[in-house]
Amino acid sequence: MSARDRILAKLRANSPSTVGNPPDVAAWYATHRIAENGADKAKRFRHFIELAHAEVYAVSRGGWLQKLYEVLSAKQIGKLLIAPGTAHGARVAAELPGLDIACPAYDTAIESWKPALFNDIPAAFTRARAAIAETGTLILWPDADEPRLMSLVPPLHIVLLDAASIHNTFYEAMQAEGWKDGLPTNALLISGPSKTADIQQTLAYGAHGPKELVVLLIGDEQ
Amino acid sequence: MNAPQTPHTLHFMPSAGFRARAKDVVDNPFLRQSFRGAMDFLMSKRAAQFPDAEELESLRTLGESIRQYNLARLPDLLERLEARLTANGIQVHWAETPDEANEIILGICRRHEAKLMVKGKSMVSEEIELNHAAEAAGIGALESDMGEYIVQLADEKPSHIIMPAIHKTKEQIAKLFAENVPGVDYTDNVDALIQIGRRVLREKFQEADIGLSGVNFAVAETGTLCLVENEGNGRMCTTAPPVHIAITGIEKIVEKLEHVPPLLSLLTRSATGQNISTYFNMISSPRKPGEKDGPSEVHLVLLDNGRSQAYADEQLRKTLQCIRCGACMNHCPVYTRIGGHAYGTTYPGPIGKIISPHMLGLEATKGLVTASSLCGACGEVCPVKIPIPELLIRLREEAFSAPPRANPAMRGQGAGYSGLISAVWRGWAAVYRSPSLYRVATWMGSRLRGLVPSRQGAWTSVRVPLKPAPKRLRDMLKERG
Ligand code: SF4
Repeated sequence: MSARDRILAKLRANSPSTVGNPPDVAAWYATHRIAENGADKAKRFRHFIELAHAEVYAVSRGGWLQKLYEVLSAKQIGKLLIAPGTAHGARVAAELPGLDIACPAYDTAIESWKPALFNDIPAAFTRARAAIAETGTLILWPDADEPRLMSLVPPLHIVLLDAASIHNTFYEAMQAEGWKDGLPTNALLISGPSKTADIQQTLAYGAHGPKELVVLLIGDEQ
Repeated sequence: MNAPQTPHTLHFMPSAGFRARAKDVVDNPFLRQSFRGAMDFLMSKRAAQFPDAEELESLRTLGESIRQYNLARLPDLLERLEARLTANGIQVHWAETPDEANEIILGICRRHEAKLMVKGKSMVSEEIELNHAAEAAGIGALESDMGEYIVQLADEKPSHIIMPAIHKTKEQIAKLFAENVPGVDYTDNVDALIQIGRRVLREKFQEADIGLSGVNFAVAETGTLCLVENEGNGRMCTTAPPVHIAITGIEKIVEKLEHVPPLLSLLTRSATGQNISTYFNMISSPRKPGEKDGPSEVHLVLLDNGRSQAYADEQLRKTLQCIRCGACMNHCPVYTRIGGHAYGTTYPGPIGKIISPHMLGLEATKGLVTASSLCGACGEVCPVKIPIPELLIRLREEAFSAPPRANPAMRGQGAGYSGLISAVWRGWAAVYRSPSLYRVATWMGSRLRGLVPSRQGAWTSVRVPLKPAPKRLRDMLKERG
């Protein structure tokens, strides 16, 4: 018998004969979390992610590129990693190089340029597919066009988020978007820059991931 | 069924000697202060996350029902998880013992001719002593969680399941870095220390052949491994190296994705008082064609190591509801005074006392189950309502009553049984059941009180000796008429 069969046999030999009712998660959320309207959701999202040390800027659908440029200039960053296969990445690649911001593209497999990503890229720009108001959380589904390490390795991560895609809760997000019917290779919730309190409970940012997280929030009430 | 497994040996600290180690800590004012301060901090952070008692209570009830529902179907869910993960391209391995788990992991490392494995925080990997096994096999195993990195540099073990280096001061860490990290001068600035760790470990994330991680929840319906963390090292370990190996206990499964949000909320709020962790990392497959990063191989090792023993008994099964938040230790008056190392087990504190007997047998852990005042704080804060005090009483019975005990057999049942002690208690019970015996016994006690020794073992080390009164209450009442 394999370890697998032995473990399963042990468990089966003593399984409870009755299985209780499935837990009613929907009912708990219906009675314990309020569903807010768009502006309030955006406000709540912003409050919590700022508490976690992220910077949030309200931008318009047409004006985010200008804000992106301003953020980079203020931080004196002249290089931004972009995802060339995405609409927002292509737009940046078309405009920012003219303003003296180099825009290297994440267009080849990591194996061919790992050291450069770790050592020579100060910032990266991605989109968030959605967000969660309750906890101030960004939802990213990295893919072939916008790879996983973009939101992890560069010290500054700038994220474009449409306020219309903010959900009240994590539960609402996964239900509304039908996550159970298909998750990507990697789905991520990000709620601030990387941090640790492992030394004497003293909070320090920039543990292993980004030291700074900037959110460009499209449609946020000014 | 439940054949005794070879007890797994702990390399750093034997499980015996608990009392001596506990005394060392109690006598050390610095450690006492560290733990007291840290526990007060964590308790107040948790309390701030649960301002509404009704919300907390109903969420705990939901968390409990989710865990119990899933445990009730555990064997089926394990099979479903395996099928789903396999369909997603993740390879599943099963291990009954720590040795088997190490063999599986090292086998994968050998196949890839791995020299370096970077590790995200995984208590199960501590449980199987993977670092030692890897070292013995000539493979470097480097901890990358800041706390774990610190304790590994110091050649120690974590003293807390959430905050591994909680027993260390920043000055000690500064010294440790200055002495062990090449090119580093002494600094006790916390930001600077973290940046040193970041620099060293970023090199290693690039170099590593294997990334190892734990799992917080494994979702059967989607075949997804979920990881909770703040630092980003878990994401590094599961994304940068070409191979990712995850290891988990067989109990951490939920059937449905919708079971995750309530448990995640309970976990981060109970553990560190955060409404959510910085990262929640959900992995459902290796790198797909066209994707530009992520490991091309992902493995999951499912470890039993005594969990099936706890599973076999309806009451003890509740032990497996645990989501490893650490709140029970943060609120434990014993843990706060003796710290995590005194226990000598991978999992310290209340959860350690109720899970370790299944992993190590009662022979090695019988002292632990008595190290509780049964104050009940652990059971009150547990986010999934594990009745820890009840389980401690049950385990005391299992450890100290005469074998054989009721089915199912626990490893080391009756290991603490003493014929003399149980005869004394039987005598005591007989005396208290019979009025005439009781009268004779108390009469004798009041006459023979001079024979009571003045040294009564541990009792008199800090207290005056116990002595029967010269006059019984009944005699005094009689005199008053
Ligand atoms: S027993 Fe409960 S309180 Fe303790 S670690 Fe597990 S879930 Fe948390």
